[in-house]
Amino acid sequence: MSTLPPGFRIQRETNTEEFFINMGPQHPSTHGALRLALRMDGETIVELVPHFGYIHRGMEKQAESMSYLQYIALSDRQDYLTAIQNNLGVVIALEKGMNVGVPEKAEYIRVMLQELGRIASHLVFYGCFGGDLGGQTCLLFGFKEREMIHDILEEVTGSRLTTNFFRPGGSRYDVPDTFIPRVKAFLDHLEGAMRDYERFLSKNIIVLERSVGIGILSKEDAIAYGCSGPVLRASGVNFDVRRANPYSIYSQLDFDVPVFQNGDCYDRYKIRIAEIHESMKILRQCIDKFPKEGPWRSKEKPVRLPVGRYYSEIETAKGLYATYVVAATTGEKPYRIHTRGPSFPHIAALNKMVQGHKISDLVTIMATLDPVIPEIDR
Amino acid sequence: MQENLTLIQYFKRYLKRCITGPWSLICGLSVSLKYFLSPWKIVTEQYPENRKTLKMHERYRGRLEMVEDEQGNNRCTACGMCERACPNASINVLSTKNIAGKKVLGRYVYHFASCTQCGLCVEACPFGAIVMSPAFEVATTDPSSLEMILNKKEGQG
Amino acid sequence: MYVPSVTHPIGDFVREWVPKLSAYLPEQLQSQTLDTIVAFLVNAVICVVAVCAVNIGSAPILIYMERKVCAHVQCRLGPMRLGWHGTIQTIADVIKMLFKEVYAPSGADKLMFYLAPLIVLIAPFMVAALIPFDKNLVVSDVSMGIPLIIAVNGFGVLGILLGGWSSNNKYSLLGALRSGAQMISYEISFAMILLFVVMISGSTNLMTITQSQAGTIADWFIFKIPVLGFIGFILFFISSTAEMNRAPFDIAEAEQELTGGYHTEYNGTPFAMFYLAEYIALVTNSALATTCFLGGFHAPCIGVALVDNYLTMVPGVVWFFAKVFFMIWCYMMVRWTFVRPRVDQLMDFEWKFLLPVNLLLLGAGAAYIVICG
Repeated sequence: MSTLPPGFRIQRETNTEEFFINMGPQHPSTHGALRLALRMDGETIVELVPHFGYIHRGMEKQAESMSYLQYIALSDRQDYLTAIQNNLGVVIALEKGMNVGVPEKAEYIRVMLQELGRIASHLVFYGCFGGDLGGQTCLLFGFKEREMIHDILEEVTGSRLTTNFFRPGGSRYDVPDTFIPRVKAFLDHLEGAMRDYERFLSKNIIVLERSVGIGILSKEDAIAYGCSGPVLRASGVNFDVRRANPYSIYSQLDFDVPVFQNGDCYDRYKIRIAEIHESMKILRQCIDKFPKEGPWRSKEKPVRLPVGRYYSEIETAKGLYATYVVAATTGEKPYRIHTRGPSFPHIAALNKMVQGHKISDLVTIMATLDPVIPEIDR
Repeated sequence: MQENLTLIQYFKRYLKRCITGPWSLICGLSVSLKYFLSPWKIVTEQYPENRKTLKMHERYRGRLEMVEDEQGNNRCTACGMCERACPNASINVLSTKNIAGKKVLGRYVYHFASCTQCGLCVEACPFGAIVMSPAFEVATTDPSSLEMILNKKEGQG
Repeated sequence: MYVPSVTHPIGDFVREWVPKLSAYLPEQLQSQTLDTIVAFLVNAVICVVAVCAVNIGSAPILIYMERKVCAHVQCRLGPMRLGWHGTIQTIADVIKMLFKEVYAPSGADKLMFYLAPLIVLIAPFMVAALIPFDKNLVVSDVSMGIPLIIAVNGFGVLGILLGGWSSNNKYSLLGALRSGAQMISYEISFAMILLFVVMISGSTNLMTITQSQAGTIADWFIFKIPVLGFIGFILFFISSTAEMNRAPFDIAEAEQELTGGYHTEYNGTPFAMFYLAEYIALVTNSALATTCFLGGFHAPCIGVALVDNYLTMVPGVVWFFAKVFFMIWCYMMVRWTFVRPRVDQLMDFEWKFLLPVNLLLLGAGAAYIVICG
């Protein structure tokens, strides 16, 4: 029996020779810098060991010497596809510590930007899903609509990607007058675009062949690994932080949480498309109820947290994003901030999902898990 | 993966796929055709040619600049709030003493190379002395030009 | 000695003038056989130059067209800077590729490594020599055109297998084996559709196949046989896409899973030859589709005498190339629309779907001919 490189655990006797390949830190269908060590029997994958840390930047260590406001600016760079959602996770934890309330207009701004970020992330998923399967056109279709969201974000926050917008008690600025008309125009455009994109991929027989029944994650496994977000809901578990542990004004809004039962790649694709439609519904409700007047930030105070431990969890596009702030002294700097990124358990569950499949299936499964490796490595 | 199907089920599925398969492919082709035949949907901007009409949003965070009036006076008092607010030490506020012995701004050193353009310094400044300008064409071949001195005159104090 | 079956002004001109020019030679060298041989050689050179011009000249046009079609499907513009709307872009890319360093990886079998791209180029050129571009524009009008085409397509497989195997690279070998298996499987489908065409037209000579589609549009094979012609055309389209290793059947080259497939280790001129071979194969297969299904060089007459007069005034070559470019556009649209099936699903598709449908098509075609004559 051959000696296994470190990390591989399954011992088995085989007649054929197994070989080991690296899908190295740079690979064409990349979701970040991730190294997957594969143990293959012919074309079939026997076992998979992920190695990450290639993009570790020491964010949590840096947070020990930064003030809270500076950490908000740093948190943009974790899940960079939806930076605006990361900001909110940190800010809700800070608000729990500072014990400030948030005015109504600020809540509406928060929810609207959150949902825009969710649509943006799911559009990247659509693009990468189609692109990894071989249809390069999907990549450009996804990013085309995302450009409109970037424009809106740039007008409101000042930056397309690293938004750094929310502050404890509200947001940094008010939204300009053109915000609501722009969002309305974007939603109208996206309706037509999503119809086209769904017709392009959703019932396509080649996509069905390649994703139905592939990479099944059972309900028990999903819960055991700690998966969350669309991956968990596609496996049949009805858990959404916006319903289970509501934050902001989600309890006042009317939206469905899609849940599918099979837990294969096609369900994970379908659920994200359904979530885009739900986000559009939420955005339309917010546009109707948006308060024209009102403060967008409660009275500005310096960001000082009393001694204690504060925890917040929100539902980002990828799953459950939690922030844990430990303040050992009353002041502007934390003792420790820890972030729980949703993509880590998904990559951990990849081994279970991929056993017995081929390499082409591995690419499909990675695409549907929609991981963002900088969120894992921080 | 492979399920065990009876022969009848296999043929039923086969025939069903003979109809749904080509129809789904035709739907996909129709979307491609629609986008191919709609040149007004093209989103590419021909960049250097459209520079004259390009306008960034006013909140866009480009390069940091000091606010100066017509005589070139700035509003900086060398309080150092921006230097403390910056997450990665891209600002150095070097103060001097003016003729009256008061502490004023000497040189406002800005390391553009390490600036993350987060805007925390602008937010922290109590006097509104610095803004982030909408300058986005900031590529240069000379790295020493990225160490900038933002003020032209001494501060007011 | 050699009597050409297709008369052509240039060929006749050469055959007429070579004896006249040989009158200037000294007495001993003048002979009938020398004249015919020289005339034959001159004609052959002209034919080779013409075929090369058509193929190699159309490759930059096709590469540009691919990039523009791809861009317009994706709502963007494509090359716009070099030349008017990017027309010189391909020339710049070709020049860049020709100047790259050419080397074989260590451990590679040098002879096979450098021979593989040349072998892949053989097939499309040979097929282009058989296709009738106009009534008197065919390089070689053999009576067994279709079987020769089917036979020559095997060179494509050989070149790819050699290239992948001789590269001394695990992933090239995997890609080459997959591609070899794919091309061999789809050759069966390809041959059966051509057999269907032979059955309808009653001859394997490409000129006769084209001439039996003379008349109006309704005489083209795609429309002549009510539903079967169209189905045959679609099946030919699918089989030839797989034969050319083009998306959505491009598991060998656009391997997002591992690496670049059989042409990973190639760069510079050998890579340019693989690239060129793909586009020439595209032209050739489109030309074959045009000849067999779309009426070759015949104008799309509609039966109204007034319009038909104007339509037939346009030379057949122009109609031929218009149809070829339409087919090429179809291939490109399919490439940029569909995702790739997995390898085993690809094989499933051929053996479990295409082959039975082909057999059924042949049976139905035979029944139609017997019943309707």
